[in-house]
Amino acid sequence: METPPIIELRGIAKYFGDTCALYNINLEIANGEFLTLLGPSGCGKTSILRLISGFERPSKGDLLLNGRIINNTPPERRQVNTVFQSYALFPHMNVWDNVAFGLKMQRRPKGEISRRVAEVLRRVHLDALADRMPRQLSGGQQQRVAIARAIINNPLVLLLDEPFSALDFKLRKQMQFEIKHLQRQLGITFVFVTHDQEEAFAMSDRVVVMNEGEIRQIGTSQQIYEEPENLFVARFVGDINVLDAVITTLGENGICMADVEGVEFPLHVRREYEPGETVNVLLRPEDLKIHLEHEKSVESPFFLGRIEETVYKGATVDILLTLDNGKRLQAVEFFNEDDAEISYRPGDRVTVTWVAGWEVILTAESE
Amino acid sequence: MPRSDAKAGSVFRAVCIKVTWLWLAAFAVVPVFALMLVSLLHKEHYEFFIPVLTLDNYRELLGPVFLTVFWDSTRLAALSTLVCLLVGYPFAYGIAKSPATWRPWLLLLVAIPFWTNSLIRTYALILIIGIHGMANKALIGLGLLSAPLEMLYTDFAVFIGLTYTFLPFMVLPLYASIEKLDAGLIDAAKDLGANSAEAFWHVTLPLTLPGIMAGCMLVFLPSFSCFYVPEILGGAKNMLLGTFIKNQFLVANNWPLGAAASFVLTLLLIIMAGAYRLAGVYVAGRERKDSPSHAPTPVSGDE
Amino acid sequence: MPRARLVRFFSAGYLTLIYAFFYVPLFIVFCHSFNYSKYVSDWNGFSLRWYESLLSNTAILDAALNSLLVGVCAASLGTLTGTLTALAIKRYYFFGRKSLYVAVLMLTVLPDLVMGISLLIVFIALHMELGFFTLLLAHTTLCAPFVTLTVLARLAEFDEYLVEAARDLGASESRAFLHVLLPLTAPAVAAGWLLSFTLSMDDVLISTFTTGPTFEVLPIKIYSMVKLGIKPDINALSTIMFAMTLTLVLLAQAITRIRRK
Repeated sequence: METPPIIELRGIAKYFGDTCALYNINLEIANGEFLTLLGPSGCGKTSILRLISGFERPSKGDLLLNGRIINNTPPERRQVNTVFQSYALFPHMNVWDNVAFGLKMQRRPKGEISRRVAEVLRRVHLDALADRMPRQLSGGQQQRVAIARAIINNPLVLLLDEPFSALDFKLRKQMQFEIKHLQRQLGITFVFVTHDQEEAFAMSDRVVVMNEGEIRQIGTSQQIYEEPENLFVARFVGDINVLDAVITTLGENGICMADVEGVEFPLHVRREYEPGETVNVLLRPEDLKIHLEHEKSVESPFFLGRIEETVYKGATVDILLTLDNGKRLQAVEFFNEDDAEISYRPGDRVTVTWVAGWEVILTAESE
Repeated sequence: MPRSDAKAGSVFRAVCIKVTWLWLAAFAVVPVFALMLVSLLHKEHYEFFIPVLTLDNYRELLGPVFLTVFWDSTRLAALSTLVCLLVGYPFAYGIAKSPATWRPWLLLLVAIPFWTNSLIRTYALILIIGIHGMANKALIGLGLLSAPLEMLYTDFAVFIGLTYTFLPFMVLPLYASIEKLDAGLIDAAKDLGANSAEAFWHVTLPLTLPGIMAGCMLVFLPSFSCFYVPEILGGAKNMLLGTFIKNQFLVANNWPLGAAASFVLTLLLIIMAGAYRLAGVYVAGRERKDSPSHAPTPVSGDE
Repeated sequence: MPRARLVRFFSAGYLTLIYAFFYVPLFIVFCHSFNYSKYVSDWNGFSLRWYESLLSNTAILDAALNSLLVGVCAASLGTLTGTLTALAIKRYYFFGRKSLYVAVLMLTVLPDLVMGISLLIVFIALHMELGFFTLLLAHTTLCAPFVTLTVLARLAEFDEYLVEAARDLGASESRAFLHVLLPLTAPAVAAGWLLSFTLSMDDVLISTFTTGPTFEVLPIKIYSMVKLGIKPDINALSTIMFAMTLTLVLLAQAITRIRRK
């Protein structure tokens, strides 16, 4: 990280009265990065956005923009702009005036304003609608106005607060592409807030997963999904099976043996464990391999279980099953050419195992 | 609106807050406390410098004179409120269920009497129910009466006057709460087997309770305390609360007693406001935030 | 569906009946103000004689002028106070915000009689002479809460984040007010002013207690005339007052509807 971060949060805490919204947040955002704050509602992600935009002040810690501390700089004097969740378009101004607002506030010359507004409107494909009032626009068009209005000021950072929540599924997909494309063209930093993990994964260079005012993990989409650092992250991003296990013997090459739900399995571990230590084995549904019991799978070890329910999903089938010790698991099977039919019925006896090395081992957390 | 804790732009912010504080402290809080203070003074010398506090005035309110006034006023005001509710509910309901393009106009037609001087409206009634009024003329014309009936200067006239004057104050809050009601709820009730009456009783009525409470408060309090309607239409026959209080200040010069009676009125307001709030909490299922939804919306509260 | 039609028929009939209840008395006053005869029951031909007699009554004209003066001043002061209060309540955190909001709501339902009396007590305690100034303060107190509620209702219609959006785009708090809040609330502020003016022009209860003999206002004057019995001048005066209220309410309605289109 040779260039200094464009935004830096150093030990930031935020209290609202007695309640604490953020605890000791440390985060560096690189210039030109697409960073997503992901978490359930109330996790503090919007508080971080409002701190960066200047609508809240940190109770503790420092906030730096481009190397300068801006804890007390009012929002109008920060080179940061926001696309609001509700868009917050000025209802008494047409599209053109909405977009020109920021430049007018900077008292730019008239010629420059009309040139730049026209340019930005063209960029978001709204040049034909400049005279419309916000209420005459569709949701997607309103969103484009909100984006145009924010980027016209050439901000160092663009903040987007759940910008797609009001759009339907198809439009949402399309806007995701457009925003990603725009970010690449402009080359500026985007900080994006969402509670939708798919959206976060699709768009971001890095994802920050938050819960209850704390950062739980920072990493690329792939790291977050495949190597969650804790149960919260594992459960929040996608479905997961959590198996209880106890380490029995230490092995070599990062493999040790463990008693997983009553069956001895080799586990690929990333750190040292003591024999007798309890751990969680995390497996995504797609990691599980299922065979009918009478097919006599050569692979071992395996669990024995029973199919409870199958749900047809088009490209995949979701399978719910119960191990003989009562543990319930979810699995996903993909259709492919060699194996055209996956036909499990509720009640079928099956063996269950997983692709070796895809498991994630975490020290057991008390839940 | 999200409130910023940013102190920036603090001049504008400071002006707003200071004006609010100054105004409400000087003209809402101080006067009510002054009223309470005066109600605790001796009637001989209600100079503000004599800190001799007494409950005599409240004791006097328990005497037969005031209790008669209080009872007569309560009876009339309660009856008017009840009739306003019974007449106003179907009326407000009818407006709320009328075609959307008509609704603003129908509401405007209620807003106009709401804002019209009630003195003028009371006076207009004289032309109807007076001895030479239109009502007598019509009834005699129809052969229902042989000689003009004196309806003016009776309790009945006062009751008509109060109902006529304050009906719009009932209709507007009722409309606001009926209009807000989700029509799907009635359908749901019917889908679950309720007939129209049951759906009304179990769904519509409880959910419009805040509107009912607001309407009753806005009708009862002024009809309880207004002095000109009874004075114009009731003559001097029965003294009602408004006149009683006014006389203590302007005629009998017994301010402490008048203040005590007014303070009772204020307590009544507080009780009713509390009940209204409870109704709101009951309907919302939780504490309502910042929504003056059932307060009288000045111009028709249409969408 | 005959049943639905029946319901609609009864509903329309009922609404008509109540509207008639509201308007027939006013209509009779209106007609009678042009009646040559003194008695409602006789129609002796169209005449403007009661309006003429009104115009020659200097006491009434003086009271009317006083009322206009207080109305304009109180409406302006009340609108200013009420608007700033609405903004403070809606936009800022400050000590006592919730209590003050409750106080505003209470003021709108406080019986006018109680408001008049308690203000009278304060004025006397401060040795203020009852007259224009005390009446102005009292009417400002009467009007401001209505303005606050009108403006708050208007503010509730907008996206909550408009002011923040303006700040985000480089506007200071006062420029955000000027460019965003003011244009958006202007209709409510104007409507609030008009309605405040009608409130002030129509008030009997508060004026009874807070003005002195040196400054008589129209509603008080009408009240003393009405108490003495029916005089046809009152019909003419009532008609004028009603026409004024009607105009102002319609105007207020028109203003608040324009921008919705």
